[in-house]
Amino acid sequence: MDTMDTLDTACFVAWFEEAARLVRRDRDRLTELDAAIGDADHGTNLDRGLTEVIKALAESPPDTPVQVLTSAGATLIRRVGGASGPLYGSVFRQMGKALRAPVTLAGFSAAFEEGVVALERLGKAALGDKTMVDALAPASRALALAVRDGVGVREAFEQAARAAAEGAQATIPLQARKGRASYLGERSIGHEDPGAASAALFMAALATVAV
Amino acid sequence: MKKLINTADSVVEDALNGMAAAHPSLRIRDQVVYRAEGPRPGKVGLVSGGGSGHEPLHAGFVGYGMLDAACPGEIFTSPVPDQIIDATKAVDGGAGVLHIVKNYTGDVLNFEMAAELVEDVEVASVLVDDDVAVQDSLYTAGRRGTGATLFVEKIAGALAEEGAPLGEVARVAGEVDERSRSFGIALTSCTTPHAGKPTFDLPETDVELGIGIHGEPGRRRAPMVSARELAGIAMEAIHGDMPLHGDLLVMVNGMGGTPLMELYVVFAEVAAFVKGKGARVSRSLVGNYVTSLDMQGFSVTICLLDDALTRLWDAPVETPGLRWGR
Repeated sequence: MDTMDTLDTACFVAWFEEAARLVRRDRDRLTELDAAIGDADHGTNLDRGLTEVIKALAESPPDTPVQVLTSAGATLIRRVGGASGPLYGSVFRQMGKALRAPVTLAGFSAAFEEGVVALERLGKAALGDKTMVDALAPASRALALAVRDGVGVREAFEQAARAAAEGAQATIPLQARKGRASYLGERSIGHEDPGAASAALFMAALATVAV
Repeated sequence: MKKLINTADSVVEDALNGMAAAHPSLRIRDQVVYRAEGPRPGKVGLVSGGGSGHEPLHAGFVGYGMLDAACPGEIFTSPVPDQIIDATKAVDGGAGVLHIVKNYTGDVLNFEMAAELVEDVEVASVLVDDDVAVQDSLYTAGRRGTGATLFVEKIAGALAEEGAPLGEVARVAGEVDERSRSFGIALTSCTTPHAGKPTFDLPETDVELGIGIHGEPGRRRAPMVSARELAGIAMEAIHGDMPLHGDLLVMVNGMGGTPLMELYVVFAEVAAFVKGKGARVSRSLVGNYVTSLDMQGFSVTICLLDDALTRLWDAPVETPGLRWGR
């Protein structure tokens, strides 16, 4: 396996299927994280949204990786509500806009970075604000480093998943500066951010995608 | 926790069906609540929305003198852009549409996306951010929109009913928000149907100070004390941020699970505080208006009135949740 491997449409569909499975599995954990510093609905909402994503992908099977991302992004924006719907939706929609066929690891990494930039812009959030960005930005950086170092797709995705998981854990001592948890001020310290936790699940799902 | 529901997944839809059955003045289509008579040509349309669980806000305020449409989301979850786009198009009577948006990340994002996507309708937007428990700084998402939302919807609704243009309705809506402050205190948490247990544990001996309207914990936990002392904490927080003077519109709002009798106990203390500062309770509202499911507790919202705002507050209103003068 080397950096010239390409990611086909099935890989992208599998990514969302696995993400949906992981979010369903961890739904109650995500909701409990949200109950501590938010309003106790993150797991429920994301589970509902990804169920809709999988349904839409089955109803109108996509022909290209771009179509997978565009469909998933639009579904998340249009069907989830809350902040997580538009925020996740924007990541995938922007990623879809930036992606070029055939999808190499370098192309995936560049498009993913654009998705994270769109997220930071829409959510007005930066690294350290205790949000999804704290998992996705390190994952994006890990992908870029993997491309630079010429590692294989599988290893690159595993490194990105690890970086996201570490990023989510690193939100525990932070004080939230964005989103509903920011209302708690110092009381948000000591809890993992639910958005960062779900973002880590998306990256964990990516690491399982067969190339 | 026992709940009067069929299933957790259907509770929002089931409640909307009940609203439609109870109030022939409303029409419900694709999870948007409209006035049955539709838009009036030349009148600015008012659209609000937000998570469900705050009833009667927002759907209960659809009707003459207030909203033209409300977009209820899932419980404590902002509505999606499609609902807001549908509502905006449907209520436009040719004079444009005002979006009344509570300052939460999700509400702001979804209303912004809808405003960008809707075509051929002039849209203005007002952000409600009245909760003094949250410092408005770079380190928060800004102050939350809570009780003042009702004031904005009522006063802007009255002005729109008189035929004022969109720019003026939006300006006065913003003015109401600027002149309003709120503070909330919870005696218990609330239980969302999906979670089935309280969002946070709060012992008999404690209260949460500075809560929002989503069952989230407040700014800090403090020992349970008398209604007089709790009302004093809320009023000091409001007065410290916006010194009270002149004629006031005062709402003591129940969070959903508090007996009206206790809200009147609180109101007496609030009124005494106001008098002590040399201000006057000119208009008042006591009851459950901006709620957080079954949470016990209250919030106080105060608006500094002037003659124009008082007149608009007094103007006739006919909605399921607020009704007078018509």
